[in-house]
Amino acid sequence: MIRIYEKLIEKLLLFSAAVSASVTILIFGFLVILGLPIIKGGHFFHLLTEPWSPYDGMYGIYPMVIGTLSIAFLGVLFGFPLSLGCASLISVLGPKPVRRFLKKVVQLMTGIPTVIYGFVGIFLLVPFIRELFQEGSGMCVLSASLMLAVLVSPTMILFFIDSFDQVPKSYLDAVDSIGGSRIQKFLYVILPCAWKGVLTGLILGLGRALGDTLIVLMIAGNTVQVPGSVMDSARSLTSQIALVMAADYESPEFKSIFTCGIVLYLFTTIVVIGVRTLAMTRRRSRP
Amino acid sequence: MNRIFEKLLLCFAWASGIVLVGSIAYIVGYLIFRGFETLNLTLIFGDTKPVDALLLKRQVFEGLFPAIIGTFLLILLSVGWSVPVGLGSGIYLAEYAGKKVKRTLNLFFDILSGIPSIVVGLFGFSVALFLHKHYSENIYPCLLISSLSLAVLVLPYIVRTTQVSLENLSPEMRLTAPALGATKLQNIFYVLIPKSLSGIVSGVILAIGRCAEDTAVIMLTGVVATAGVPRSIFSNYEALPFYIYYISAQYSDPQELLRGYGAAIILLTLCVILLFCAFVIKKQLAYHVLYRI
Repeated sequence: MIRIYEKLIEKLLLFSAAVSASVTILIFGFLVILGLPIIKGGHFFHLLTEPWSPYDGMYGIYPMVIGTLSIAFLGVLFGFPLSLGCASLISVLGPKPVRRFLKKVVQLMTGIPTVIYGFVGIFLLVPFIRELFQEGSGMCVLSASLMLAVLVSPTMILFFIDSFDQVPKSYLDAVDSIGGSRIQKFLYVILPCAWKGVLTGLILGLGRALGDTLIVLMIAGNTVQVPGSVMDSARSLTSQIALVMAADYESPEFKSIFTCGIVLYLFTTIVVIGVRTLAMTRRRSRP
Repeated sequence: MNRIFEKLLLCFAWASGIVLVGSIAYIVGYLIFRGFETLNLTLIFGDTKPVDALLLKRQVFEGLFPAIIGTFLLILLSVGWSVPVGLGSGIYLAEYAGKKVKRTLNLFFDILSGIPSIVVGLFGFSVALFLHKHYSENIYPCLLISSLSLAVLVLPYIVRTTQVSLENLSPEMRLTAPALGATKLQNIFYVLIPKSLSGIVSGVILAIGRCAEDTAVIMLTGVVATAGVPRSIFSNYEALPFYIYYISAQYSDPQELLRGYGAAIILLTLCVILLFCAFVIKKQLAYHVLYRI
């Protein structure tokens, strides 16, 4: 009796695991099925390189792909040095009270809703950028990527600290015993040992930046165009999905947002596989 | 030469620390400074008497009450869907799954946790569309669809925290009960789960925070700007994060904008409190729970 009961529960647990894992495939399946009319015509790659002009019957998402990539990469570009500096301060360089305080602040930052970054961005950062450069409305690639840098920093910092802490203590003791300073310890021992972790954190941050919707939607301006400079307004794939919720479910305009969804799905899957591959090699090479 | 470089680097580290703390203090400070004066009962209940609003006797106009209730219901429903499934999957992964199955499932959950929330929202929307076409004309994006989509969004958090807190238990702990003749299931439910409860609960709290703050999913699956308190799970609803987004784009007078600041402060406070609770319950944060092989 007990045995049957145990088997039953095990099957139930297996079932729930199977259900939750299959959601991953289900999401992709739904995107592909609903985007099928466009993909079937062999237009998928065509769409990626075509401009967006609904009046001419062109629903290419090229400007949004470029918008997403440029905003996300710029955001990480701003966020990475900041994060590396903070992480080094927290794990090695700073005095103890500073380390603890800074770490608390960073952990607190993980809890701040993205919509609040967007909200404050509109009323604080956008006017500031507008005044500073005296150009355009201030809603531009630069504003969005600066805010994104603040959003992705905690992800990167916490991951960096984690990988710095995994450097074997004997290495650090060796530096101490030959009289190396803290900065030397960080620069010549910890960083070379933990570079793979740093790279992983960087990719994770990029994944977060690619998938963010609210900040880009609220402060990048949402003009459909390939941004020529950081002062230009741009639209990302995520904002495109949020903005095109046309009532007519059959319009090609509406179907194109599933192409956006597929591209975003593929982007983040690549990020995840990259992170996993790195983590695997990291595990193998660990002393 | 090297010395100068080292000094510069040290300065840079300090500067980045100051920039980070400064910017976050500026963001939060600005929000509180601008919205502080709106924080009173009128912000939540408008002109309606609080008692009437709480008893649902009267609709609240010009107040955050419906949005707060909407967010609350959303959290309740999504966590209700995702916790049983998530716990089950986490337990299976940690205790039953063989090596190969585990690797495959881990990959799936990593991908799931990486999917942008707007794509999850799009998925929820397409499910609603599918049901509308094939089952019932009455199904539209609504509270039910939103909560199911949010459940998908937070599922990987719950699976991972459950799995990791079970796996981190010491081998001695694992062996004691079986040595006394307990079956595997008894061991799991009477020893392993109670011992790792703090980790599991902190994961659930983090998931609650995610439900409260997420905007992208709900804006595709049924949240609207004005709906009042939802009548059923098949109706539209309001929610705090969407209200903030909506106000920032559509405010018509300063009074409305001030309510936006008020809503932002309330949401921020809620999320910070939740984060703090998760911390107190378990000191290790779940950020490194993801991406394990």
